[in-house]
Order: sequence, then C-alpha cells, then structure tokens
Amino acid sequence: MNSDTVSSGSRGKKQWDILVIDDEQVIIDAIVKICSSENFSVDSAIDAQIALTKLVKNNYRLIICDIMMPGMDGFEFLDELINRRINSALIMTTGFSTVDNAVRSLYSGAIDFIPKPFTADELLSSVNRGMKYIEIQSLLKTQKDDSAVVYVPCPAKYYRLGYSSWAAEESAGSVLIGATDLFVKTIGNFSSIDLLNPDEELIQGNSCAYFKDQQERIFTLLSPITGRILESNSEIVKDKTLLEKDPYFEGWLYRMLPSDSEYELKKLINCSSDRL
Amino acid sequence: MSKKIGFKLIFIVGIAAILIIGIFSFYNIRSQSSALLAEVERHANQLSETVKHSTRYDMLLNQRDRIHTIINTIGNQPGIHDVRVLNKEGEIIYSSRGKDIGKMVDKNAEGCYACHAANKPLERLPITDRTRIFQNDSSRVLGIINPIYNETSCWTADCHAHSKSQTMLGVLDVTISLADVDNQIRKGEIDTLIFALSAVVALSLLIGFFVKKWVDKPVKELVNATREIGTGNLNYVIDEKKSDEFGLLAKSFNNMTKKLSEARVQLFQSDKMASLGRLAAGVAHEINNPLTGVLTYSSFLMKKTQDNPEINEDLKVIVRETKRSREIVKSLLDFARQSVPKKNKVNIEEIISRAVSVVENQLSINHIELIKKIEKEIPPVTVDSNQMQQVFINLLVNAADAIGPKGGKITLSSSMIKLSPYGITHIKQAVCPKRHDLTDNEVKIDGLPSIKLKIYSDEKQGFINLDPVYGRSHHIFHFPFNIEKDYKLVCPKCEISLMEEGKRCPDCNAPVYTFEVPSRGFVQGCLGKDCSWQKWEAVDIAGQKDYLEIKISDTGCGIPKENLSKIFEPFYSTKGQKGTGLGLSVIWGIIDNHNGTIKVESELNKGTSFIIHLPLEQN
Repeated sequence: MNSDTVSSGSRGKKQWDILVIDDEQVIIDAIVKICSSENFSVDSAIDAQIALTKLVKNNYRLIICDIMMPGMDGFEFLDELINRRINSALIMTTGFSTVDNAVRSLYSGAIDFIPKPFTADELLSSVNRGMKYIEIQSLLKTQKDDSAVVYVPCPAKYYRLGYSSWAAEESAGSVLIGATDLFVKTIGNFSSIDLLNPDEELIQGNSCAYFKDQQERIFTLLSPITGRILESNSEIVKDKTLLEKDPYFEGWLYRMLPSDSEYELKKLINCSSDRL
Repeated sequence: MSKKIGFKLIFIVGIAAILIIGIFSFYNIRSQSSALLAEVERHANQLSETVKHSTRYDMLLNQRDRIHTIINTIGNQPGIHDVRVLNKEGEIIYSSRGKDIGKMVDKNAEGCYACHAANKPLERLPITDRTRIFQNDSSRVLGIINPIYNETSCWTADCHAHSKSQTMLGVLDVTISLADVDNQIRKGEIDTLIFALSAVVALSLLIGFFVKKWVDKPVKELVNATREIGTGNLNYVIDEKKSDEFGLLAKSFNNMTKKLSEARVQLFQSDKMASLGRLAAGVAHEINNPLTGVLTYSSFLMKKTQDNPEINEDLKVIVRETKRSREIVKSLLDFARQSVPKKNKVNIEEIISRAVSVVENQLSINHIELIKKIEKEIPPVTVDSNQMQQVFINLLVNAADAIGPKGGKITLSSSMIKLSPYGITHIKQAVCPKRHDLTDNEVKIDGLPSIKLKIYSDEKQGFINLDPVYGRSHHIFHFPFNIEKDYKLVCPKCEISLMEEGKRCPDCNAPVYTFEVPSRGFVQGCLGKDCSWQKWEAVDIAGQKDYLEIKISDTGCGIPKENLSKIFEPFYSTKGQKGTGLGLSVIWGIIDNHNGTIKVESELNKGTSFIIHLPLEQN
C-alpha cells in the first residue's frame, strides 16, 4: 500500500485508491492483486450494500463495480452514489457485456466500461485513465479561476458517450466522431493510434479506435454511434498532436454514415447541457 | 362409428334385397301356381270328358253296373278325389264313393252354385265357369262340372228313361285333389324364403367384409393417425397408395401433417432462438466470470514473468487461448447481430487447413474422404480469420451431415477467378441528393436489403423496391399499374426527384433514374419494359476484379429445389433439434460482411456445392 494515499481525510475518513465491488471473490482477488502490484491501495466489497456502508467510513478515489449483482445492481449503486453526492470515479464491468450495458453505464456517469473477461493490462489501462481523470477533476476544483485551461469542454450541439467519444451531425447527413478531450488527456502521452478502414461497420458502445502509450498499453475508444465508416482522418495519423490541440474539430477520427442516428443520439449525453 | 356405417348399409341393403326378392317371388309363385292350376284344370276337363265318353254307351244301354265299375275305377285313381253323376233333381246316382249314392246335393252347395246362382238354373254353362276350388277336410279340391245334355239317342233308347222335352239329364262332377299342387306351391314358397334369407345373409357378409376392408380399416388408420398427431408425433405418415377417396384423404392428411410439422419446426426454431438468446446471455455471464479469473491471473503472471522466457511462453498460450474463449462467448452474444469482422491479411490456405483439422476426426469416423485442390500462389486475402474459419468449419460439417454415416467424398477447391462487377456487385447503400437513406431492410431481394423508391406514373403513385445487386434487376413493384413512358422516381422521404434530366436509356430510350452510393459514385438505371439497363461507372471503371473462389462440394443427399432459396434464411434447418438453423445465415452474413457472395448448387441424391467468391481487394 502506498503511504501517500492511505492517510486520514478531512473528516477522519480513511483514504483508499480503489474499491472493488463484485459478487465473485476470485475476481475481487484478481483485481486486488493486479492493482496492488501498481501500488494502489485496494479495498473490496462482495455486494453493493456492503460497499455503501464502507463508503460511509472511507473515501475512495475510484470504484470498480460489477453490473450484475444480487440485490442492488451496478446501475442502482451508481444512482445511489449520485444521490449521496459521492464523487468517486466509477468504472463499470460486467460479464454480460452487451452494447446496451456499455452505453448505459457511460450515460449514467461511469467513466469507463470494461467487458469481462479482461486482462491485467486492460484493467490497468482503465484504472490509470480513471486516476488521471480524478487528477484532472481535482485540478479543476482547485484552480477554479481558470489561470490555465485544464481541458476543453465538448462544444454545443455535440453528443458524447460518457467521457469517451463524441459525435456531431453534419449537414449532409453524415456524422463526425472523435475522442473527447478528457479521454485524450487521461491517456496522457500516447505514441500511436490504430484506426479502422473506411467501409467498416462501427457499433455503438464497441471499440472503434486503439491508442497506445509509451508502455505499449492499449486504450480503447468506444464508438458513440453505429454506422459505416465513410472516411477516416488521415491527418491525425500523420500528426497525432492534432488530437491534443483540437480534439473536437481538426482532431476528428471518422466521418461515417449512421444507420439510426436519431435513436442512438438519445442514448448519448447532449453537450449543450454541459454548459448549464 | 365405422361399425354403425356397416350396420346401416347392411340394414338398407337387406331391406332392399328382401323387398326385391319378395315382390319378385310373389309374382313368380302366383304365375307358377296359376299355370299349375290351369294344367290341373285341363287335366280334370279331359278326365271329365273321358268319363262322359266312356260311360256314354253304357248309359244308352242303361247298364248301370258297368257305369258303376267305370266310375269306381277312375274315381279311385290317386289324385282324384271323387267322380259322381247327379240327376236333374240333385240326387247322386253314381259315385266313386259308394256311400254317397242316393244322397241329395243342396243346389246352393258349392258345385251347383255356378248354374244355380240365379233362381232359374242355367242350361248352358261356359267351360271356364265349370271349375271351382273348395276346401275339403284336409286339402284344397278342384271340381269340374260337366253337364249331360239330352240327345236324340237318349230319348230314343230302349229304356225310355228320358223324355224328349228335357234339356239337361244330369251333371258329371269330377273333383281332383289339389294336395300335390298345393305342396308344390308351398315348397316353392319355402324355397324362395330360404333363398331370400340366404341372399340377405350373403349380402350382409359381403357388405360387412368390404366395409371393413374399404371403410373400417382406413378410418381406423386415420383415427389412429389423428391420435398420433394429437400426441405430437407429426412425422406419422399414413399409407396413401389407395386410389379411392380414402387415398385422396390420406394424401391430403399427410400433406396437412407435413405442413403442420414444418410450421412447428419454424415455431420451434424461433422459440429456440428466443430461449437460446436468454441462455446465451446467462451462459455468457456465468462463463465470463470464471474466464475473468483465468485471464486476469494468467495475464498478470505473464507480466510478472517477463524475465523467465520459458514460463512466459506457456503463459502466453494460456492468455491467448483464454482470449479466444472470450471471443467465442462474445460471438455467442453477438450472433443475433452481425458482428463486425476484424480483418487481417491472411493466407486462405492456412485458414482452410485449420478448419479441416477441426473436423478431420468427424470426417474419418463417417468414412468421408476429403480432397483438397488448392491453387498455388493465391495471394493473401483480407478477411477475419476467425469468422472465415467458422464458415469453412460449418460448411464442412454440413457436408458431412449431408453425406451421413455411409461415407462419401468432399472436395474443397480454391482458385483465382476474374468477375465482372455487373450482376454480382452489391449496392450496399443508396442515398438521395438530400442524403436520405434509401435502403429498405424490411423488403429483401434474395436476402439483401432492397432500395426503396417512390414512383409517379400517369398521375398514379406507388413504391418500387430495386434489386440491390447491380445489373440483376429483380425489382419488386408495389403498385397495380403499368409504368408509362413519363414515369418519375422520387425519394420516399423527401420526394426529391431522382430522375436524370434530359437523359434517356441507351437501350430502350426510357427516362433514367439515378441515386448515390456514398463514396462509390452514382448508379443509373431505367425502368423501361423488358429493359434491365443499369450503369455504375465507379464500379465499371474498376473493371473485372480478382476474386478468390472457394468451392466445397459433397456427394451427399442434396437439397430439394424448393428449399434452395430458403437455406440462407435464419432459422431454416433440416436437422431438427440438432441444428439451430443459424449456421448458413451466419455464414451468409460473414461472407456478405467481406463483400463476397455465396451461392449454392445442388442436385438431389447427387450432392451439393457451396461456392464462395471473395474479392481479393477489400475496396
């Protein structure tokens, strides 16, 4: 355990990095083992009720929560977190990894979704992004008077899939999609992007691009909508800093023909509401 | 119920038989008995005349003893009841029965009635009225009166017994017993009765037998079959060899059960799909949890043992295989939805040999010889190797199933061919100038979503679903009118015109429509009568393309013609509970996702060939 993070909070609460909630002990053990190896302090709960009682006593920066659990499920747990104004970052995971579950998790406020089964690397890449997300959030809080812009918010009339990807309708009926600034920032310094080829099909909530960082860790971007790729942004492959500089305009990833944007956009978060 | 029909038939036919035989024998016996009586009458008449003539001489001589002798002799012959002579006063003067002589006969008695019915007796009696039949003690008796008229010789005779003024001298009465005749008639009646009864019995037996054979048995079989079907055995078939109405009924019955069982299979399949979906979700969740344990620990260990290459290699295998399991579970969840292929450049021969190694055991158990004819120097193709492997495994297993345990041959060949885009290229997307999607997933033409357009022609309107295969023109028209020369096609959503102004079809001079295929140019075509002109320049320019042709042929049972169009439809299966009916539809989806085509050729009892065309260049 890292002595920096395990310290007494303001109200005498114990500080932890991660809380794992899963109804399977073996999965809890695995996650604890893997995360501890990266020097995170990890606590665990076998169901959502126990997790809620732990949340009264302790503070957790990140919660990794299974969706399908007896009693209270992951979504109910997430709603409860919001009710109690607990602002730990939440990563959803489930063995029943349907597109709906992924999209719903991100819509409800989870910062990431990991389908089971996952590898140690996949878990760690998501956890690291979560930690980064929390750092950015706390920076945002402390530097409220904007001396340095921490991250670029998503423009109005854009739609986003949680903090992962965005979609913007074009006048011609096509849709541009890309990665949100927060997603790019949480990856940190990525070294390469793997894009799919034109004419391939993307499915909402399924992976659409792979980012690699210097440690060869792979971060997966989930597609905000379903459709066929018309073209991918060739500029971005040449100059990946475009993505960091201007993630919402010059840094687009694909132009695609949506199959049912009207229905699918409803399942995304409207960025216009972010400004209210 | 069947017995009732038999009984009813026997009853009706029996009554009819009895009536017919009864009426027939009634008239038959009547005519026979009257003929017999006439014969007896003739005989009596003759006898009476004989007696009259043979006694005449003795009468004239008044030799009464001789007359007595003659009358006695004749009267005592068998069958003759009595011979007597009565004088005018009714006194019996001669009789074969001696004790009757001297008795007076009442004029009102039966024998006399013919002449003495009126107060004044008749002196001339017609011959037909001379006979009478009356009941004697034991039997019927026929009597015949023969009047003895006065003659010259009678009053001139020496005895002077009669005076000249007398007309009638007396009566000769001969009575003959009808016992024999009556016996004959009664015998005839009894014979007829026996005949009628035996005819009815024989008819009943005959009807009973054939009703049992022709009605009872087939009805019993039908009842049996309905009972079988009631209990759910829809494979029950009744013998339909009979050429009668029951044969027809059996045929239509079998047809009904066939349809029923098909419907049940369909229902069963869709039901199975629904429950399979739930099952897949449940299984995916259940399996994914233990898989998470395996994958997290093994990948974690793999990370930790990077400096121990020996263990690390082994762990890599575990991680790789667990990831493969993960893909399998994912495909289980995705199977309702066509999942996106993850394409890589791969050597098709490698995929084929991997697929073959999976099914090799099954093939050798079923005595199936697999012949591989793979052309050398096939360049690598861009495909999802997992999905493609699944295609080959499924097709090989299907082929093995079609061959069955008796053994046979499967030929797997692959070669390079060049195909013109016309007639095979799939128009996957179509948009109007305002970028409304024109593809219609509801109406499919040969399994592909069609292109829906609205048509105005001669002030009428309707919809048309264009064939999505470039140049094939299997369009579907949803309107009752003929297309006029001035037709106009518009986008069904925004009504924007899709006509190419001023342009005419080079083949039939009809107006030309056009729509855009996003990022692949424009398709033009016409709806002229019997004209299938279409032009897709972007595709035509590319010219003939290189395709990889993979053909899997078996020597199995083949597919009936009427089923060939159905085999790629989801839930179509001939394997009953063995298959899900998804195999071929999934294959079709995979090949389609690779911009390829799959078609089937089959001949019953000879075998089936599946031919896959995959473009070498993925656009």
